[in-house]
Formats: sequence, structure tokens, C-alpha cells
Amino acid sequence: MTTFMGDPGPRGRFGDFGGRFVPESLVPACDELEIAFREAWLDPGFHQEFEGILHSYGGRPTPVTEASRLSEQLGVRVLLKREDLAHTGSHKINNVIGQALLARRMGKMRLVAETGAGQHGVATATAAALFGMDCVVYMGEVDVARQELNVFRMRLLGAEVRPVHSGSRTLKDAVNEALRDWVATVEHSHYCIGSVMGPHPYPWMVREFQRIVGDEAREQCREVLNGSDPDYVVACVGGGSNAAGTFAGFVDTQAQLIGVEAAGGAAITSGVPGVVHGMLSYILQDEFGQITEAQSISAGLDYPGIGPEHAYLAASGRAQYGTANDEEVLKAFQLLSRTEGIIPALEPSHALAYLVREVGVSIPLGSTVLVTLSGRGDKDIPTVIGLLK
Amino acid sequence: MVPAFSPTTSRMRFPEVAQVSLTERFQQLKTQGKKILLPYITGGISPDWIEVLRSMAAYGADGIEVGIPFSDPMMDGPVIQEASSLALGRSVTPYSLISEIARAEVDIPLVAMTYYNLVFRGGHKRIANLLAGSSVSGVIIPDLPYDEAEDWITEADRAGVDNVLMAAPTTSNERMEKIAKRSRGFIYGIGLLGVTGERSELAASALQVATALKSITDLPVLVGIGVSTPEQAREICQIADGVIVGSAVVRRVLDGAGPEGVGEFIAQLRSAIDGLS
Ligand SMILES: Cc1ncc(COP(=O)(O)O)c(C=O)c1O
Repeated sequence: MTTFMGDPGPRGRFGDFGGRFVPESLVPACDELEIAFREAWLDPGFHQEFEGILHSYGGRPTPVTEASRLSEQLGVRVLLKREDLAHTGSHKINNVIGQALLARRMGKMRLVAETGAGQHGVATATAAALFGMDCVVYMGEVDVARQELNVFRMRLLGAEVRPVHSGSRTLKDAVNEALRDWVATVEHSHYCIGSVMGPHPYPWMVREFQRIVGDEAREQCREVLNGSDPDYVVACVGGGSNAAGTFAGFVDTQAQLIGVEAAGGAAITSGVPGVVHGMLSYILQDEFGQITEAQSISAGLDYPGIGPEHAYLAASGRAQYGTANDEEVLKAFQLLSRTEGIIPALEPSHALAYLVREVGVSIPLGSTVLVTLSGRGDKDIPTVIGLLK
Repeated sequence: MVPAFSPTTSRMRFPEVAQVSLTERFQQLKTQGKKILLPYITGGISPDWIEVLRSMAAYGADGIEVGIPFSDPMMDGPVIQEASSLALGRSVTPYSLISEIARAEVDIPLVAMTYYNLVFRGGHKRIANLLAGSSVSGVIIPDLPYDEAEDWITEADRAGVDNVLMAAPTTSNERMEKIAKRSRGFIYGIGLLGVTGERSELAASALQVATALKSITDLPVLVGIGVSTPEQAREICQIADGVIVGSAVVRRVLDGAGPEGVGEFIAQLRSAIDGLS
């Protein structure tokens, strides 16, 4: 039997995917990080500190909420894993607390991050404030404009936000710029990647820092469902960290795992294998290998790649991946707001939109479905105001 | 994993072109005690870029590094980023560039510099054969480090293309030895922690990397990244066997220096390093 979501080994491979495709200057830093993470993750003291901070500062565990009115309307039983209630408003805080603790262990007191929607940037700026670290966040010019609120939050928290003017001026270009910074500052900076992507050990390490989402949710579902697991577990996928964290809790159950990408940034549905940002994975690209630009209403899913472990879960068939388009997403965004009194971020609205569309089609009526609500919608209000007027 | 093949370009052949061996030529220069000058130009940067390349050869380059532009050049600073997007804006492709290079007819080694996705997507075997067939005798792929390069090196060796590996200021001596064993043609010493771009002074790390590499390998040691002026080239060549100059050349092309103007800069670099041994 294949075991999924374990240790990808020293070469960081998930099947054929993953690896460490970085300039030589960064190889020793990736090695150092891998060693530090392996040590820390075996150290009960590290776990205690990590989980302690997520509890007393981050607000964990986040609840699982029975979405009764939505369930009634859709004809399936919907449970929501409430990462919108975590400190800073999304699951991103879990990963960032882990990486900041690790950076401190390695004696690196400057954090570099990329951000799309700004949630990872806000989380990184938050951790930097908490630990007294310096923080620089790269953000595409387009995203700086559409996620103005988060830019202001990051600056309030003491981070420096550097707009990126190259390429598509979104998340992909912010990653390039963060990597360029790291190449120059690697001796005293830690690159705090925001998702399960990049060179080994990041995809694995970030999944492990996020597995708390899935581990909690499995126990909480069993309480609600009298010891059984949901039939479906659905999460949105940009780089794939909230989905990977969620799936890690259910990968050894019977639950069907479904990741939902933005239709305009669907690396699994429309991409082919390629290498960018240090990893071998599915990537949107042209016939020559030039990376193409993703296109989505949601800045957090506007990314032409996907974490390599998702590529493997897709290729092996253990998880399925679908898409949702901007129009469906806006409807789902409003639907959850009105039925449950929860305004979701546009990213997890993709997971909801997929569910709305697929109930009675690929998801039978009467099923039990866990959806990870990866973040809250406050940051998206300016975007949505423009579209719903 | 088997990379994808593109049917439209799989039949390119360049029967007339002679390849100048990178390994042989650079080893020869090293034996003769001549410092090696390897300037860089982004392929397709301007309509007359092949003229610029010929001029670089005529004014004293010992080899030319030709950048095959990639959409996401993460080891490059603003100057080469701009050159890459200009070239891509002119709709150049790896294949259109390779066929232009095949007609350049210079009798010094040409070294392609590109990012791994273009090689992966094109397919190892096909790209290696295409490069060899178009007179390119070496390749530098900055995002394909030693640990991930084995399959590609095997294919490049088979086709007769030298894959040049890089060593950085952060690379341990033990790792440098392993890298040197697998590098072909020469070893690329990364002069500083950072991306390509001009710097006002040569970094101390450039001299350290050169010294460390010289002590562990007989391959020619060339240092690049952050070497921008004739003075800096001279300084690093006190230790290294040669020098790679990129952004300083490309900026001149972007500023409209043309084949003559760029050629003159090459001549200055040439005379700065000649006579050192
Ligand atoms: C609320 C929210 N969900 C999801 C994502 C997508 O990231 P990932 O796929 O890593 O969970 C983001 C990214 O910005 C986000 O802010």
C-alpha cells in the first residue's frame, strides 16, 4: 500500500514531483533548514511551544461549525472548519508561527515573505512583531491595489511592503522577488514561504505546520458524526497549504479529498509538469516552457503552479482537483454570508462554489462534506463592492 | 519523469555548423596562461544582436554566454530582467534563438545560459541535440544545482555539450569538490551572494570563491555575478582563470551602444586582463 503525506526523504520527492531546483547559493540554506526542521519536529519542546502559541495567541483549536441552513438549501450535510476564526483571519498563521520559531532557532532574525491576498504577509508581519524580528514582504503591484487593507495592516504591524513591478505583477512575481532577496541575504534571513511550494523542505514542512487543521478537524468531525468521517473533504488550492493541512488529517480515512483551484489558475486541470520556484510540479506554461499568467478574482489563488505534493496526490488518484470560476465564486460568497452569517474570503469561496455546483452531480445528495473555510472575507470587501454594485 | 515534447520544432537540423569545444578551448587558454574573457548577452535582446555577438568575438571575447530568455529569471537583477522581457516581447523562442545562433559563425565557444524549465519542457535529449547541432558547446542552468543535475548531465555529455556547474560563497569546500568533479568546460564561481547586476566594487567573496576553487580543481575557474568594470575584471583575474561579465554588457546594449560600442567595452575588458598570469 502506498502511504501518502509522509516524509518525502532527503531529495524531497513526492513521486516524481518536488525536489530542490534552486541556485547553488541557496542550496546550503535549504539543507540547513531541513536539518533544523527535522530536529525541531522531533523535539517535544518545539511542539509544546508551537502548539502553545497557536492556542494562547492564535486562538486554536478553531471550531467545526455545522452549517445547518446551507445544508438544508444544498441537500448535503456541510461542516465548516473555521480557519477564518484563527488570529489574523486565516490558516496562514499556523505555518508562520512554525517558521518564525524555526528561524529563531537558526539565529535568523529577518523574515522575507511573498504574499498574494496579503493574508500570508499579514501573518508573517504578525509573527515578526511577536518575536521582535524584521520583516520584508514582497507583493505584486496588482495585489497591492486590490488588497489595500492588508497592505495597511502589514505596515501597521511594522513590516516593510515592497511592491513588485515585474511580470504579471501578482503572486508569481512576488515569489521571484522574494527569492532574489533571499539569494542576497541568506546568511541572516529566513524565507518564510506562504504555502506548500518552493524547494525541499518547504512543501513538506509547511504541510506539517498546517496539519493541525486536519488533525483537529478529524477529531471534531468524529464527535459530530458519532465516530465516523465525512464522505468528502473539500478545500481551495492556491499553492495548496490549507488543503494540504486539511488532507493530512484525512488521507488515511475513506473520505474523498477534493482540492478546488481558480478556473483561471488551475495548474492541475490546465498545467503540465514543469519547474519553477524551486519545485517540479504542474505549472501553467506555453509549449516552450515560459510560465503563463494566472487570472483570478482572488489574489490568493492567482498562481500558475501548485505545491508538488498536490501534483502527486492528483497523479496517484488519492485526491481529485476541480475548479470554480469567478462568477460561481461570487455567488457562493454571498450564499454563505446569507445562510450562515459568515463572510468567507474569496479563496475558500471557491471550495463552496465547487460544492454548490457538484451537489447532485458528482457529490450525491445526503453526503456529509467538510469544507475548510480557510479565511474570512473582510479583506475582499473592496473587491466585492466593485463587482456587486 | 519524461518531459513533454513539442511536435512543431522537433525536426530542426543545422548540418553546416561547426561547434568549438568549450573544454578544449578553455583548457588551452589556461595552459597558455591566458586569462579567459566570457561576456554575456541576452539572445534576441535587439534585432541586431547577432551583430553584437560577432563584434564581441572580434574585439577579444574568448567565448560568449548567450542567455535564452525565460519568463521568470530568478537569478537575474533588473538589467537582465529587462533584457529578457524585451526579447520575449520580440517573440523569440528557444528554437528561434538556436537557429539564429547556428548562423552566427564565430570561432569561439558559445555557452547557452538558461533556466531549467525550458530544458525540461523541451526534453533533455532534444535540447542537448539541438544545442550541439547549432554550435553551442556549453550550458549554464543556474536553477539546476549539482544534486538535481545528474540526468541532464548524462544527456548533455552524450550530445557533446558541456554542462557548467556553479559554486557559491555559501558552498562548503567539501561540496565544491563534488561540484568540480561533475562540472564540464569550466567551473562558474558565483562572485557574491545576490543576483546578476552591476556593483561598484568587487565583493571580497569573489576573491574567496576563486581562491577556494583554484585549490581544489584543475578546471578553469571563471568568476561572474557582480563583475562589471575592467578594473574589477583585472582584480578577480589575479586569482581566477577568467571572468564573466553580464549586466555591464547588457546595459550597454540596452542603452543603444550597438555592435561597435559593445565591442569597445569588450576590448577594454580584454586589455585589462591581458598580461596577467
Ligand atoms: C484565506 C486564504 N485561503 C487560501 C489561500 C491560498 O493559499 P493555500 O492554497 O496555500 O491555502 C489564501 C492565500 O492567500 C488565503 O488568504
